[in-house]
Amino acid sequence: MTSLQPKEPATGAPQQNEPRVSGESSPDGTRLLLTGLWTLERSGAMEAAAGDLELIGAKAAAHGGALLIDLAGVAGLDTAGAWLIDRARARLAQAGAVVEVRWAAERQAILLDQAHYRSFEASAPRPGSPLVNWLANIGETLVSAGRDLVAGVSFLGEVVASLLRALSHPSRLRPTSITYHVENFAFRALPIIALINFLVGCIVAQQGVFQLSRFGAAAFAVDLIGILVLRELAVLLTSIMVAGRTGSAITAELGSMKMREEIDALRVMGLDPMEVLVTPRLIALLISLPLLTFLAGISALFGGLLVAWGYGGISPEIFLARLQNAIGLNTFLVGLIKAPFMALVIGVIACLEGFRVQGSAESLGRQVTASVVKAIFMVIVVDGMFAMFFAAIKY
Amino acid sequence: MTQLPPVPAPLSAESEIEPEVAIRVRDVVVGFGQKLVLKGLDLDVRRGEVLGFVGGSGTGKSVLTRAILGLVPKRSGAIEVFGQNLDELRGAQRRALERRWGVLFQQGALFSGLTVLQNIQLPMREHLQLSQSLMNELAMLKLDLVGLKRDAADKFPSELSGGMIKRAALARALSLDPEILFLDEPTSGLDPIGAAEFDQLIATLQKTLGLTVYMVTHDLDSLYSICDRIAALADGKIVATGTIEEMLASGHPWVRAYFHGQRARQLALPQA
Ligand SMILES: Nc1ncnc2c1ncn2[C@@H]1O[C@H](COP(=O)(O)OP(=O)(O)OP(=O)(O)O)[C@@H](O)[C@H]1O
Ligand SMILES: [Mg+2]
Repeated sequence: MTSLQPKEPATGAPQQNEPRVSGESSPDGTRLLLTGLWTLERSGAMEAAAGDLELIGAKAAAHGGALLIDLAGVAGLDTAGAWLIDRARARLAQAGAVVEVRWAAERQAILLDQAHYRSFEASAPRPGSPLVNWLANIGETLVSAGRDLVAGVSFLGEVVASLLRALSHPSRLRPTSITYHVENFAFRALPIIALINFLVGCIVAQQGVFQLSRFGAAAFAVDLIGILVLRELAVLLTSIMVAGRTGSAITAELGSMKMREEIDALRVMGLDPMEVLVTPRLIALLISLPLLTFLAGISALFGGLLVAWGYGGISPEIFLARLQNAIGLNTFLVGLIKAPFMALVIGVIACLEGFRVQGSAESLGRQVTASVVKAIFMVIVVDGMFAMFFAAIKY
Repeated sequence: MTQLPPVPAPLSAESEIEPEVAIRVRDVVVGFGQKLVLKGLDLDVRRGEVLGFVGGSGTGKSVLTRAILGLVPKRSGAIEVFGQNLDELRGAQRRALERRWGVLFQQGALFSGLTVLQNIQLPMREHLQLSQSLMNELAMLKLDLVGLKRDAADKFPSELSGGMIKRAALARALSLDPEILFLDEPTSGLDPIGAAEFDQLIATLQKTLGLTVYMVTHDLDSLYSICDRIAALADGKIVATGTIEEMLASGHPWVRAYFHGQRARQLALPQA
């Protein structure tokens, strides 16, 4: 049985460390000699060598005789290598060959035992025709949109109930928290919102003067600016900015609290997250948005005034006199009345999406995006409904 | 290909040319703002040993671990891993070294957007050239090794219990078959049976893979059952190192309190 003595492992050149397999037939059977490092260090080569091992083994087994996997030349082994070797052994055995692993060092033997082959029945992805999947997707989207609506309405109900509760017990109003949020939502947002409205005021004035002067009606640009800005633009731009800036912040804040079980912690302490987290933010938004809308309107009118003066040659006195004629208190109120409703829409969507965050960071990102997109969409829808309403009552 | 340092064959101890010490920490100072957490700390972790690292809460065990891993900047001192000074390693060398260690963070730090299986495969995908089917098998094997059920493979971290997170994170730390394993409180949050299994698992892996294990722990059972040596941290320095017997004999007040406390005594009794 001299043929079964282990071969002296080759040493030296790094080439020798490549995992290799060689077959050697003898009357007793075939010896499959493994050499080199069977570790993840040589990941690609090792996988290829394991393939060779199975191929050579299968070929040799076809000629009959026992197979002997000789590990004496293996310079290094880790779980991946052990897995591949034992997998090859198991597969050859399954194909009907008589296989034996020999000359494993003590630690290699433990490793082979630890990483012994077992089958992981693959949880195959559910097959389905693309058409059915597509239809199923549409159905799921519709159902989830319906659920959104129901959830939104029921959340709105809870919010209103908790707002009313807060108003009927002013002691539970948390003025500190509200002040803090007003500072964040209104005061810190003012510069950017004023600037954007100022610029839009300038643009509307420039276009108004430019287009209307073709009919010799440049002075009517003032009417255009006054009505457009006060009725629509100020509140719309402000709401969109607030949805992007504050709505996303609220969703992210509540979402990360949800992720870290902070909301559950509040609940078990006997505190109502609705009262502690949602109501102060909503009240702060209800205060902030009208204030911002008012200042946004002023700043847009100011921008319009400057451009009308510099570009259209309409002096500030004339601008103000025309403005007084063009707009009434109702023009101003139409814009301002919408603001609290916008605040409610933004706040409810932001809080609702925040509470929907699941455990993962990815879901936080998804919910923040959804919050901003839905809030902006709903702001525009609500604005359209108000336009129809005011037109119907001729206000 | 990156020029890897000559790879030590983990199983042929004779051909070992690398130094005895796997991690050498010398005079390391780490602080946050005014406060110094580590004040000139020295520590050696020998190759192939399981070093248990103990210290009171908030003394800086996690900070030292993070400093060795290069996650926290140190103010001064030197850290060598496998004889290579970490400050001098750049680019490919650094990445080659990082492949040789696996880390189990105190909170698991599983990627929340990936399933357990994908978490385990992530390092393989980045560092190795393996077929997807082999990666699946190896990842499942790691799951088996750490004692997780197979149906955990497709779960997201948010759907796991605390102990399952620990195991999944260990499976990820082991995915590249590292030579050094950093464990930050591996058995906290496990039931005693699970913790004992975990200890046993680490001991087996350490023997078979020739792993060096650096383990931060409060678990006296682990210290008794699998740690070859123990190092104790207090006041920003290592105040005692040695085997469990040497720790029991130490005169340092905190070490005395730790190893002669109510809980420790019950474990020590059978040995006395
Ligand atoms: N990023 C950081 N900024 C400021 N201080 C920090 C920071 N990380 C840790 N510390 C401080 O360093 C000290 C050590 O913290 P560390 O997390 O290492 O404790 P520990 O020994 O691991 O405790 P435990 O056993 O509770 O995990 C603490 O006082 C902590 O406040
Ligand atoms: Mg810690």
